[in-house]
Amino acid sequence: MLKNITIGQYFPGNTVIHKLDPRIKIIITLLFIISLFIIDNFLPYLFVSIFIFTSIFISKVPFKFILKGLKPLFFIILITFIINVFMTKGEILFEIGPLDVTKEGLKLATFMALRLIFLIIGTSLLTLTTSPISLTDGIERLLNPFKRIGVPAHELAMMMTIALRFIPTLLEETDKIMKAQMARGADFESGNVLKRAKSLVPLLVPLFISAFRRADELALAMEARCYRGGENRTRMKQLILSRRDYIALGISILLLGLIIVDRLL
Amino acid sequence: MIIKVEGLTHIYNPNSPFETKALDNVNLEIAKGEFVGLIGHTGSGKSTLIQHLNGLIKPTSGKVIIDGVDISAEGANLKDIRQKVGLVFQYPEHQLFEETIYKDVAFGPINLGLSEEEVDKRVKEAIELVGLNYDKIKNRSPFELSGGQKRRVAIAGVLAMEPEVLILDEPTAGLDPKGRDEILKQIKKLHQDFNMTIILVSHSMEDIARLVDKIIVMHKGRVSIVGKPKDVFKKADELEELGLGVPQVTYFMRELKKRGKKVRDDIITVEDAKEEILRLLRGNGNA
Ligand SMILES: Nc1ncnc2c1ncn2[C@@H]1O[C@H](COP(=O)(O)OP(=O)(O)OP(=O)(O)O)[C@@H](O)[C@H]1O
Ligand SMILES: [Mg+2]
Repeated sequence: MLKNITIGQYFPGNTVIHKLDPRIKIIITLLFIISLFIIDNFLPYLFVSIFIFTSIFISKVPFKFILKGLKPLFFIILITFIINVFMTKGEILFEIGPLDVTKEGLKLATFMALRLIFLIIGTSLLTLTTSPISLTDGIERLLNPFKRIGVPAHELAMMMTIALRFIPTLLEETDKIMKAQMARGADFESGNVLKRAKSLVPLLVPLFISAFRRADELALAMEARCYRGGENRTRMKQLILSRRDYIALGISILLLGLIIVDRLL
Repeated sequence: MIIKVEGLTHIYNPNSPFETKALDNVNLEIAKGEFVGLIGHTGSGKSTLIQHLNGLIKPTSGKVIIDGVDISAEGANLKDIRQKVGLVFQYPEHQLFEETIYKDVAFGPINLGLSEEEVDKRVKEAIELVGLNYDKIKNRSPFELSGGQKRRVAIAGVLAMEPEVLILDEPTAGLDPKGRDEILKQIKKLHQDFNMTIILVSHSMEDIARLVDKIIVMHKGRVSIVGKPKDVFKKADELEELGLGVPQVTYFMRELKKRGKKVRDDIITVEDAKEEILRLLRGNGNA
């Protein structure tokens, strides 16, 4: 039931993609997302596909694994597609009852669906090839320049690390509590919406209690080791840009450049 | 046979980098009214095994047969099975959720669809079975109890379903000696008074030696030794290789024997050891 959640999951490996500096990977992912949203033609999609599929290939993450991340969002993609097909005005291709299917609508819908799919694939690849620790490290470093205008970079990164760290724990805990209540005859799967919502009480109450207990324990453990965020905190792993990081960034900027050029021409 | 497991294999997260074979071709039989101790190094598959016994997880391959019914088959009535086989998880107090102890213990019986009077009767019995005072406690919140009391309420929640088989996963973990002894005493009583079939998972060789009729030793997902406590604990070296041990008093008697005293080598409880040492002393005195 909870097994399809791959967001935030790390797929360990030792490839170039895994070893890239997290800052570079985040920047490249952002560039990738920006290019996705300025694309309005099929040719650049070819570039983007080649780029992302090559990256997946190099990273040795099984494609199945990435598709699993798409599954829970399948309906959102489908609904976006349908709405776009029917809600766009233009040259009418054919009609289904009172609804018109237009050429523009079909094109826009396909682009929107592709955008979403690529967006998910791209971000999944980022989280699958970057351990949560280095991911938050990267975010913290990228946010550092904004500290001057009052962005609490370190605190934000710390919160994210902790949240990511506890996703698997909470999933495990949910599984355990669910099983324990099922052993007492609880039924989480049948009945109407109201009944199902009610059946969640025996799951959610213990889950919240345990989450608060864990938060409490963690705070205490951090306090006991004199945790102080922010200033003068050194780190075990220094982020240092190497040649491969510059190369990767260069390739990505080239890609985005091509797409912008294509758009302008 | 009330429980029969045939060729049971379970693989977690198959076809992924996190694939683990938690059970590997497990075969075992447990008779009605038996008190079985399940031991094994951490990660040996004990918890995985017992969750199969009431259909909470499905075998990757193999069969689990409870009272003649194959519960791993499609369309098995799981509610029936879960009533028949009560499972108390590790740290069961973490699953308490109701406002009052009464309501929490009643959760299982209500899920079984019992009448109000029946629920009432069972809740009262169950709370008293675990040694708590029903009238004093029924309207209190489960969250204001001590750790040991909470755990007993949680166990009562399973007993209220009146299972024929009671499985407990390390029921004494994290309790003080007094709390531990009390819980074990109640479990023993359930076995003696109601002839309940009991499976106890424990890391304490002393508790196992004192209570059970039969020991099942798990190692790396397989059943490696099955037998009477006296016979199993004779194999101290073998058990140590599996990351386990024997009761302290068994080590002690072994040492005595090594030093040339004529004592039996199948002593597993302190009481037996006392008898044996007294016998030895008397024997020496007479000679
Ligand atoms: N929900 C799960 N998902 C994936 N792997 C699991 C899961 N539960 C257990 N495992 C793995 O299966 C193996 C057996 O675990 P299990 O919990 O059955 O052992 P155990 O004998 O109960 O150990 P312990 O004495 O520590 O409770 C372990 O390698 C464990 O990591
Ligand atoms: Mg266990």
